[in-house]
Amino acid sequence: MARPIASTPAMQVARPLAVRAGRGPSWDGRFTVLILFLPPALLLFTLFVVLPIGEAAWYSGFNWNGFGRPTNWIGFDNYRFVLETRAFWLALRNNGLIIAVSLCVQLPLALTLALLLAERFRGAVALRMLFFMPYILAEIATGLIFSFVYDGDYGLVASIWRSFGAEPPHLLASTDTAMLAVLIVIVWKYFGFHMMLFIAALQSIDKSLIEAARIDGATRTQSLRHVVIPLLYPTIRLSVFFAIIGSLQLFDLVMPLTRGGPADSSNTMVSFLYNNGISRMRVGYGSAIGVILFVICVTFAFTYKRWFMRDE
Amino acid sequence: MNRAETTRELFDPAVLFKAAFLTLIAIFVLVPLLATFLGGFKSLGELRVNPFGLPQHWEWQNYADILFSGRYWQLLRNSLIISTLTVVLTLIVASMAAFTFAHVRFFGSSMLLSYLTLGLLFPAATAVLPLFIKVRDLGLLDTYFGVALPQVAFSLAMSVLLLRRFFKDIPYELLEAALVDGCSYAKFFRYVTLPLSRPILATVGTITFVNSWNAYLLPLVMLNTDALYPWPLGIMVYQGEYSSEWHLILAFITLTILPTIILFLLAQKHIVAGLTSGAVKG
Repeated sequence: MARPIASTPAMQVARPLAVRAGRGPSWDGRFTVLILFLPPALLLFTLFVVLPIGEAAWYSGFNWNGFGRPTNWIGFDNYRFVLETRAFWLALRNNGLIIAVSLCVQLPLALTLALLLAERFRGAVALRMLFFMPYILAEIATGLIFSFVYDGDYGLVASIWRSFGAEPPHLLASTDTAMLAVLIVIVWKYFGFHMMLFIAALQSIDKSLIEAARIDGATRTQSLRHVVIPLLYPTIRLSVFFAIIGSLQLFDLVMPLTRGGPADSSNTMVSFLYNNGISRMRVGYGSAIGVILFVICVTFAFTYKRWFMRDE
Repeated sequence: MNRAETTRELFDPAVLFKAAFLTLIAIFVLVPLLATFLGGFKSLGELRVNPFGLPQHWEWQNYADILFSGRYWQLLRNSLIISTLTVVLTLIVASMAAFTFAHVRFFGSSMLLSYLTLGLLFPAATAVLPLFIKVRDLGLLDTYFGVALPQVAFSLAMSVLLLRRFFKDIPYELLEAALVDGCSYAKFFRYVTLPLSRPILATVGTITFVNSWNAYLLPLVMLNTDALYPWPLGIMVYQGEYSSEWHLILAFITLTILPTIILFLLAQKHIVAGLTSGAVKG
């Protein structure tokens, strides 16, 4: 940025004054800011975010229950144990399922709703807010609400089943249906967020582009297909990014619904980490899971940014 | 749009289809929430036969019992303390760092900034075991700060990025002129930058508050005493105690999500803008 002020006469008069006062834009002033303003953030971040990651890598070489100092060095055995656990692969598969549902169900739904609700009509804003509301509810509360919805004795699903004269299923208690039930809750909770991303993007589109397409004789569908959607590509890539990162972090929602069960059938990576590492204080084993998750997240974030979001 | 046009549009099949689709999704979103709210007014027996409809007999007792118990208020109080600590600390620490990154040129500035943004790449859960040991060794286990400080640390990356972007738009000439007039960086920060940045501070505050208010994993790992539990932990304990007395659990859920919903209805524009802008610009 050019700074023309620096050459005005007023400046040349003022500068010596400032120097005399000893508080000009000098190195001293900058130095004071640097040593006062920066350290709190760097310290907190290093202490609670960066160091623990490094320590996870270190602890993952030990068989340790968290008390005293880690002494029982077992090398890469913890990683081997993790990779030999069937539940780990189930959790990984479930994370894959969540991503698949996010891309194949949630994203088209969010996009369709955004296209419908970006137009002005009575009730559009109210509907946007309604659809966004599940996103701000705590995942714990959402999970509890749906554990009621799915409850085989008192729940909504049970009541629908009974009205058809069928024996109500216990969806969350069966290895066949538990993950499916969790997936539905995920869509319920997060589609509104992605919809809002798309609405924000749609509103920032230059209307003259769509008008130009109309004038050139494009139908509604054509202008949607060839003008609007391509303009939304950056937002779609962003939405996919959030869906994948979100899936890798998913934990709170699973706990009230199934705790990862039955028989590990609905674990995500983080709930697997919680059930096998944290709740049993197996620090080394849990840290190994954490490191694997970390590597997956970072690799994914970097490749995705490199391949799909280079221009942003 | 006049009435004739509106009526004609109502019978357009495309419009009808659109309305039907939106209604369907609205029902999908609303029914679980309404059933939860109304379920709190039913007796357990009625819930079993009539989980959808209005209660035949309104049981105010379920809600009253919870509202007059100390437990509900204690949970909200704990959540409020932890969230407020987190928001205040995040705003102070992040805005100071963002100010430095926006206005002070120094060697390694961009390197340090990318160091901080590393925090965006992985979830807090990955290192939660070492984090637990660290918090324990610092003697902060089972304290509000033991939850709040890691939360601040994890919200820093996003907050610093959002704040810095905004601070950078404050004209450099303003800072230079102020410095020439003998104003210090700190005073400029306090009396110019911060007052000019209320919108972005509100946005960052909102994101941090919602995240902290809803957080489950960190308090779960860091707190052992029931008396310190924030509401997501408390409600899980409550559910464990009243395992199948769904009418009570539903009333409890309704009352605990009520503050969030009221806040959302009061400040919806702000919250939506905050949460989505945080995402977009992150």
